Amino acid sequence: MSGFSINRRKFLTVAGAAASTIPLSGCDAFDGLLSSQSRVRDVLASANSLTYRVQRMLINADALAPEFSASEVRQGQRPNGSTDPTDPDYLALKEKAFAGYRLTVGGLVEKPLSFSLDELRNMPARTQITRHDCVEGWSCIAKWTGVPLARILDEAKLKPEARFVVFHCYDSMNLGLSGAVRYYESIDLIDALHPQTILAYGCNDEALRIANGAPLRVRIERQLGYKMAKYIKNIELVSTLTPFGSGKGGFWEDLGYEWYAGI
Amino acid sequence: MTIVNDIESRLTHHGGKGKVIYRHRIATRITHWTWAIALFFLLLSGLQIFNAHPELYIGQQSGFEFDNSILSMRAMQTADGKVDGYTTIFGRSYKTTGVFGMSGPADNPSYRGFPAWATLPSYQDLSTGRVIHFFFAWFFVAAFLVWFVTSLVSGHLRRDILPSLADIRGLPKSLSDHLRFRLHHDGRYNVLQKLAYASVLLVIFPLIILTGITMSPGMNAAWPWLLDVFGGRQTARTIHFICMALLVAFFLVHIFMVVAAGPLNEMRSIITGWYRTDPDKKEEHTA
Repeated sequence: MSGFSINRRKFLTVAGAAASTIPLSGCDAFDGLLSSQSRVRDVLASANSLTYRVQRMLINADALAPEFSASEVRQGQRPNGSTDPTDPDYLALKEKAFAGYRLTVGGLVEKPLSFSLDELRNMPARTQITRHDCVEGWSCIAKWTGVPLARILDEAKLKPEARFVVFHCYDSMNLGLSGAVRYYESIDLIDALHPQTILAYGCNDEALRIANGAPLRVRIERQLGYKMAKYIKNIELVSTLTPFGSGKGGFWEDLGYEWYAGI
Repeated sequence: MTIVNDIESRLTHHGGKGKVIYRHRIATRITHWTWAIALFFLLLSGLQIFNAHPELYIGQQSGFEFDNSILSMRAMQTADGKVDGYTTIFGRSYKTTGVFGMSGPADNPSYRGFPAWATLPSYQDLSTGRVIHFFFAWFFVAAFLVWFVTSLVSGHLRRDILPSLADIRGLPKSLSDHLRFRLHHDGRYNVLQKLAYASVLLVIFPLIILTGITMSPGMNAAWPWLLDVFGGRQTARTIHFICMALLVAFFLVHIFMVVAAGPLNEMRSIITGWYRTDPDKKEEHTA
């Protein structure tokens, strides 16, 4: 055979090949296996503990998240989740510009503590320009100022059985039929004592705005945004996360997101 | 090597049929199928994750108050009140209702990047998308490491994947043969196959793995140089997406060629390793 000719048989072969590339559709075939109560989903989710262990192995406990230059702060911090809580206790504080706010630190500590905003502002502060990564996929660079959490935990003196820090918040998230649930989050002591983990009261050289978590939010720079609880009411040191919410360690974790959000 | 003996012992000539040769080693076959399954789930769960924020940017961050967006899939309302799905690429918008930006039944459309048939789960569920993605990502990476090490050690990489100088010289002829659907089945990869497989295995696979790792805020602390290599987390996310599109394109061509080259013989070889060559007179191709 010479020259360019496609006979009928060859044409059918090519046409058949083309048809075979039509992608499969109907991905709802898997939906039942992937519902929040399914065992298959639990098995798949077990890979997250492998990710957690491998990342903890690869990432030095004190390794810093990248920090950026002032010129890279190009926009306000993008708010997400609760942006204007309407819980009565929060509204009462907000009315007086958070003058009556006190952060309490309790649970498995030798010395329970409580701080006013002024007391926190007068403690040695850390300022860092970091990138906030939302689980949705976007990122935003902002300058954060606050008290290193390690300093506060030092003062409170952790009991040996303390393993996690739980942040209880003023904001509620609406879960439809099951009603409103208060936001909470938790981290292990590696992240709690990390030098960039701060209780932030300032953002981009201003007092922290309500949309961004006023009066106080936590920055956990090596994890995703949902870990960084806003509107912090009190901090509790605990040995286990099971007593809180559905026991998964946070508001979003109870809804199926992974507790370790370094990925 | 025993494989050579195997080939010798299995060389047969049945009537007009060609020789049967041992074409794919066990490592090739196992990694091939691990990738096939993993990539299927990675693609559909990846599109689910993309849908949580169906927009891509260049740089460290996402521009909300400035514009560094290069692609978005959004539902938008026009002046007359009609809602449509639009895909915007480099500032140019195209109406893509039914596929990108807005899809589903006309009386009850969903406003989402990729349509329900392209995501896992079919409904919007970012957390489950992430669970699926990170599970299969481990298998994908493990298969890549196994393949890379065994191919390097066995010589498969040098012998069968990397094009030789002679291969490159034969490129124009190979191109014209392919355009005429004159395919030679002598069991060895031609230069276009080598280039395609080398691009996928040695460029796109490492890129998609490394850009995936670059999106991890934890790994940014351990390996901050990744951000410099890829020009920021959002650029890495964009490259990850482009690699996905290239792999889908590769998949379509791959399946097309399998069917064109004889699907049963091709399937047998990637499952059992044994492949029947053309009954060819042209022995020079195998030499």
